[in-house]
Parts: sequence; C-alpha cells; structure tokens
Amino acid sequence: MSPISRRKLIAGGAITAAGVAGLAAADRIARRHGLIPPDSGGLYGPGETLTYAAQRVMGKHALAREFPRGMISKAPFMNEVAPPTDAFKKQQAAGFRDWRLVVDGMVEHPLTLSVADLQALARRNQITEVVCEEGWSYVAEWIGTPLSAVLQEAGTLPQVRYIVYRSIQSDWWESIDMADALHPQTFLTWGMNDGDLPVGFGGPLRMRVPRQLGYKSVKYITHLTATDSMKKFGKGLGSASPEGGYAWYAGI
Amino acid sequence: MLPRMATAVSQPRVAAPRHTAVVRVTHWLTVLAFLALAITGYLLVLSHPRFYWGEIGNVNMKPLFSFHVPSSRDTVPTGYNYVLPDENGWSRALHFQAAWLLVLTGIVYGIAGFASGHFRRNLFPQRGERSWQAYWRALRGVQTRDDGVQSYNGARGYNVVQRTVYLGVIFVLFPAVIWTGLALSPGFNAAFPFFVDVLGGRQSARTLHFFVSDLLVVFLVVHVVMIALAGFWSRTRAMITGRVENAGAEENP
Repeated sequence: MSPISRRKLIAGGAITAAGVAGLAAADRIARRHGLIPPDSGGLYGPGETLTYAAQRVMGKHALAREFPRGMISKAPFMNEVAPPTDAFKKQQAAGFRDWRLVVDGMVEHPLTLSVADLQALARRNQITEVVCEEGWSYVAEWIGTPLSAVLQEAGTLPQVRYIVYRSIQSDWWESIDMADALHPQTFLTWGMNDGDLPVGFGGPLRMRVPRQLGYKSVKYITHLTATDSMKKFGKGLGSASPEGGYAWYAGI
Repeated sequence: MLPRMATAVSQPRVAAPRHTAVVRVTHWLTVLAFLALAITGYLLVLSHPRFYWGEIGNVNMKPLFSFHVPSSRDTVPTGYNYVLPDENGWSRALHFQAAWLLVLTGIVYGIAGFASGHFRRNLFPQRGERSWQAYWRALRGVQTRDDGVQSYNGARGYNVVQRTVYLGVIFVLFPAVIWTGLALSPGFNAAFPFFVDVLGGRQSARTLHFFVSDLLVVFLVVHVVMIALAGFWSRTRAMITGRVENAGAEENP
C-alpha cells in the first residue's frame, strides 16, 4: 500500500467516523428537543425530519399570515366530503345540538363539550388562508375556540407531546405537536365569515391548523386525546396521512 | 483566429484536474436532486394543472393559464372524464427530500466555490472578454467548433457565453427556484412572510416556481445537447474522473 492511499484511507476513515459521530449527536439533541416527527422512519424520513426540525427551530411560535377583510374569497372552494352518514344527517336536522366533543387521554379533567360549551369557553377569529397540498387556496374568516383554551380547561399533564383528533369519518384522524396545539391560531372552528360553519367546510366543528396544509384541518371533529407518544395510535406514524403516503407534518 | 485565453491548465495530464473533486461530487448530487425535483414537480402539477396570480386561486376562479391535460383529482374540471392516479404522497416526500439535498449541496458548492476561487477563475468572464464582441465571437466559436481553440468548447475552460450562463443558473435560477419553493410552505411563510409577500402572494409564487423550474429544465436540455456536440463521453468522463483524456486529439480530429 502506498503512503498516499494509506493517508487517504485514514483521512476517509476519520471523516466517516466524524460524520457518524456527528449524526449520532444530532439525533440525540433532536430527540431531546422533540424535533423528530413520528413518521421519521423509512425512505423519506430524513427529508421529513429535516423539514420538521428546521421549521420548529426557526419558527416555533411564528404566526400564520392574516389578511384584511377585503381579501376574503368570494367563492371559497368547498373540497369534496364523504357522503354524510345517517347519524350525521340526524344531527344536522337537529341543528347539531347533540354534537359532542370528547376530550380524554392524559388530562386531569376529561371533558364532553357541546358546540355551545365551546362558544361559552372562548371565542376568537382569524382571517387566514386554507392551502391545499394540491396547489389551490382560499382566504376565509374562521371563528372558533382556540384549542389551547380547551386543553387548559381539561388540564393536560406535563408529559403530553401530541394532541390526537378524530372526526366522524373514522378513517380520517390526525395529530399535532404541542407547538401547534397551543398555538394561538389553532382553533376548534364553529363559524366562518360571520356565520355558522357550513357542513361543506367542516361544520359543525373543524380543526383549523393554519400553519399546516389543509389536510391537517380535519372536518367534523368529535374527539381529542392527549398523549405522550404516537406509538399506540394506528400504525404509530402519527396520523392517517402517513399511512396513506402523506407526511405527518404538513408545514410544507 | 481567436485570441487564446489564459487558462490555469497549460498542459494536459498535469496534477490539476479539469474539474475539482468538490465540483464533480456536487455536480452529480445536483443532477440526482434536480431530476427527482423535476419529475415529482411535474407530477404534482397534475393534481391542479391550473395557475393563478396573486394570493389565492382555486377552481372557482379564473386561472391565469391552465394545461389541457387530465388531472389526478376529480375536483378539477379538465374536460377529460377520467382521473389520473394520485402520485402526490411520494412525489411530495421525494420533492422535499431532494430539495434538502439540493440546498445542502448548493451550500457546500457555494462556500467551496468562493473559497477556492472557482467562481472567479472558472466562471466569471475573464478580463478582455467582457464585451459584446467577445460574446459574439464565443457564440460563433461554439457554433462552428472549427476555430481550433480548445477552451472554446469546454475541454480546458469555458468561453464567456458559457460562463455567463453558468453564473446565471448558479446565482439567479437556483436561488430563485429555492426562494419561490420556500414561499409555498405555510410553515416557512409564517416564520418569514416577506418571502411570499414580495412575490405578490402564494399563487404568484407557485406560478413563478413553475416558470423558473421550466427555465432550469431548458438549461438542462441545452447543457446535455452541447455536451453531446462537444463529445459526450469525454466531457462526462471529465466530470466523473476530473481528467481530460486525449482532449487534443478529439478537439482537432
């Protein structure tokens, strides 16, 4: 072996060792600061993790852009919805008086709330854009109760890391981390553009997460669960989206 | 006869390679990332092959322009009565992973390019070449390939047209495609609203991202055609091994 190639070999080995050690250290730091998304495994895990970690480091508390009233879309696009079930139609006929939101999991006080209970708890509005992963968008005024107010009422335990939310469509469930769950613009929405939230836009109750794409803003919300780990939910990837090939974190 | 350029490499097969290791590695990583980005980018367009200007845009609005192709969503009125399969899940994941590869590669290339003098020496137009006549001469030289000056078709160095195009791709088109792409991320826009606002809104950013990407694809096609005309394997080998073998013989057959 010539001295040159030995030197190259040693240098290459040192660089590789430094790289592996660096990645291991980065992984440890990222885990400690909650920068690893639940769907970080697999072929596209590195990209998902880099995006989630970068956005959490650079803009954890950043506010989604809000727009003047004049920019509210005249004809917002009502995305396709699954045909309502008979149970849903019965609720709709009764003006959703019997709609209930269950809050459970790692909370001091499990709750069962009607839409009126939510309205009595807190009321905020925001004019933000719904952004679909397909490329289209619209701006609307969203009126609702900040999720943080509900979580405060229920008393989430300190170890809680995710809020899981479910809808009457059992195959569509999502979760968000505490940065989004406690974010002032994350609403349980029951009003839109100064009126009730229409069924086509998710009424009577829709989660609004304006810093993420539209598929995180799940319609017809019935159930919130506070948890410290996503392992026991579905396939453990964080939500139904990664099980269908879409990213759990949809801030991009 | 064209004036001979002063090039760093005066003899073939000397220690200094045609392309440095950093240039070669970052070049091929960029190829990998760009192909993934281009293919997935066009697949993503199929889920909404309509483009708008301003902040908002959806099927209830008149588009700036649209493509008369079938869509991968049944909510888009395309005039076709069939829907393409949804490829957005893996396309989005690969698009963003490749974007990370592109950005990280670009950072390494950019730092190395300034530190090593690569931009100044190999890409910035040389003294005596910063005139319209020089551009015109270079264009004629590229077209005819019979001037006998090796550096004019890229074997030893780049002519002023090539230098200008490469600088434009590296310092205008790639930053622009990254900027307009970031302006489509709702999380990034929350943290840095200036990026999307300065472009005139989210849908403007999407339309610009599409056009800048198209310009990069045009560059890629022209780049590969020029390499094929100059000697595909000799140029490709130079970008893999760093060496130009028998360049003289090929340049002057």
